[in-house]
Amino acid sequence: MEHIIHNETNNKAAPNRVPSPPVIQPVFEVKQVSFAYDGKQLALENIDMVVQAGECLAILGANGCGKSTLLKLLDGLYFPISGSVTAFGQPLTEAALRNDEANFAFRRRVGLVFQDTDVQLFSPSVLDEVAFAPLQLGIPREEVTRRVESALEMLRIEKLRDRAPHRLSGGEKRRVALASVLTLNPDVWLLDEPTTGLDPRSQSWLVEFILQQRQVGKTVITATHDLVIAEQVATKIVVFNEDHRIEAAGQPQEILKNHDLLHRCNLSHYHNEVNAVHVDPVLAK
Amino acid sequence: MDKSINPGHSHRSSHVLEHTLHGISETLERALFAEEISAKPGLFQSLDARVKILTVLAFLLAVSFSKNLEIIAAIYLLALALALASSIPAGFFVKRVWLALPFFTGLIILPALFVTPGPVLLQVLPGLAITRTGAISSLFLLLRVSTSISLSLLLILTTPWNTVLSGLTVLRVPDVFILILGMTYRYIYLLLHTANDMFLSRKSRVVGWLDAGEDRRMLAAISGTLLAKSINMSSEVYLSMQSRGFRGSVVTLKPFKMQPRDWAWLAVFIGLAILAVVLGR
Repeated sequence: MEHIIHNETNNKAAPNRVPSPPVIQPVFEVKQVSFAYDGKQLALENIDMVVQAGECLAILGANGCGKSTLLKLLDGLYFPISGSVTAFGQPLTEAALRNDEANFAFRRRVGLVFQDTDVQLFSPSVLDEVAFAPLQLGIPREEVTRRVESALEMLRIEKLRDRAPHRLSGGEKRRVALASVLTLNPDVWLLDEPTTGLDPRSQSWLVEFILQQRQVGKTVITATHDLVIAEQVATKIVVFNEDHRIEAAGQPQEILKNHDLLHRCNLSHYHNEVNAVHVDPVLAK
Repeated sequence: MDKSINPGHSHRSSHVLEHTLHGISETLERALFAEEISAKPGLFQSLDARVKILTVLAFLLAVSFSKNLEIIAAIYLLALALALASSIPAGFFVKRVWLALPFFTGLIILPALFVTPGPVLLQVLPGLAITRTGAISSLFLLLRVSTSISLSLLLILTTPWNTVLSGLTVLRVPDVFILILGMTYRYIYLLLHTANDMFLSRKSRVVGWLDAGEDRRMLAAISGTLLAKSINMSSEVYLSMQSRGFRGSVVTLKPFKMQPRDWAWLAVFIGLAILAVVLGR
C-alpha cells in the first residue's frame, strides 16, 4: 500500500526483443467477496469484478441489494468476511490501511460521496467541509486554500462558503458534498445514489459533472437504481440481484435493453403489475 | 386510525403533540432569527470573532469583579448600545433577557431579600421585612446576571455559531473539541427536523385528544426511533470522516485574519473592561 501512488511496473525489456505494451493495472479487483453486517445479515455474496482506470461503471440494483456496501468496501471502510479486494495492485485490507502513510495515499486517490448528504456534511460551515479532506491528508494550507477556492468556483457555490450545511437545499448540499471530495482531486470517484432527492435541473447538472470527470480520465463508479443516469454516464454496467449477487455485467446498450434482466432484478416493472396491486375494498371506499 | 383516540376527552388531557411541535418550531425559528441578525450589517458583525469572544469574556470578568452597582449598570448600557449598533432590535434584546431572568434568579433573590441581616428597608408583614442589605445584594445579583446574559446574547446574535466555535481557538480550545461542538450543533438541528416530521406525521393521523398513557407510549416510540436513527447516523458520519482522512486528530483551516480595525476595537474594549474593574473595586 505504501506504493499506491508510485506504482511503477518493473518492466525491463530484454535486448533485441520487441518491448511488450505496458501492463495496465486495474484500479480495483474484487475476488469472491462476501460481506455480512454483524456477521449475520448478508449484504454481498461471492462478488467478482474488475474496474479499469478511466472506466465509468454503473452498479445497478434495487434498494438493499448491497450497492452501498460494495462502495464502502472499495473505499476501505468495510472489509470482506471472505474474498479479497485489491486497489491499484495492492491488497486493500484493514492492516494495510492502519499505516498512516498508506492510508493517506489511498484516501488521496479514492473519494466517496455518500448517498445521504447529511452524513457527508458534518462540519459547521461549507468552507470547513470543503477543506476537511485535504487538510486531514496533510496537504499544505496554501494549497488547500487554492483547491477550496477552485472547487467552490467550479461547483458554483462560492456564495455558500460561510453557510451552515443544515440551511442548504438538497441540490446545494449535493454540490457541497461533491466539492468536499473534489478538493482531493481523486483518481477514482465513488458515487452512492448521487441523484437522490435532486430536482431535474440538478440531476442534469450532475450528469454533466460526471461526464466532465470521465473526460479528464477519472474512474467513476456510480451505485444507482436510476436507469436514466446509468444510460447517460456509464461505459460499463454491473447489475446486482436481490440475493446480493452479481446477475450480469456488460455494455450499457446490451444491459439496458434486456428487459427481462432488469425486471428480474427489480429495476423495472410491467404496467399490468401495477394494476394488479390488490386494493382492499374497505380502504377503497 | 389510532384506537386510543378520544374525541370526547376534555382539553385537560396533555397536548403533548402540540406542545412538542410548538417547542421544536420555536427553537428552529429562534435559531433562524439569530442567523438573520448575524447576517445584517452592524458593528459587532463586522469584527473578527476572536475580538468579540475576548471582549465579551473581558466584560464578563469585569462584571464579576466589580463591586460597584453603577459600573455594572454602565456595562449593561454599553451592551445595549452595542446591540443597537449591531442591528439588534432593542425591544427584543431587553425582553429576551428580562423576561427569562425571574426564572433563573427569582428563587435566590426572593429569600435573600428577607433573610439577609441588615437595617429594615420595607416592612411587608409583621415579622417579615425586606432588609437594605438584602435589597442591595439582590440588585447586584440581578444586574450581574442580566448584564452577563446580555453580553453573551450580543455575541451569539451577531456571530454565526460556526464562527463562534472557530473563534474559540483564541482560548486555546483544542481543534477536536471545537469539531465535536460544531457537529453536535449541526446534528441537533437535523434531529430536531426529524423529530418535527415524526410528530407532524403522527398528528396528521390523530383525531381528537390522546389519553395520557397513549401520549407516553407515542413519546417513547418517537424517542426510541430517534435514538436508533442517531446511533445509525453517528456511525455513518464516522465512516464519512474516515473516508476523508480522519485519523483521530483534526487539522483546521483557521481562515481568520485580524485587521487593524479589529485590533483597534479590541484595545478599546479591553481598555474599557480594565477601567471598569479598576473603578468598580
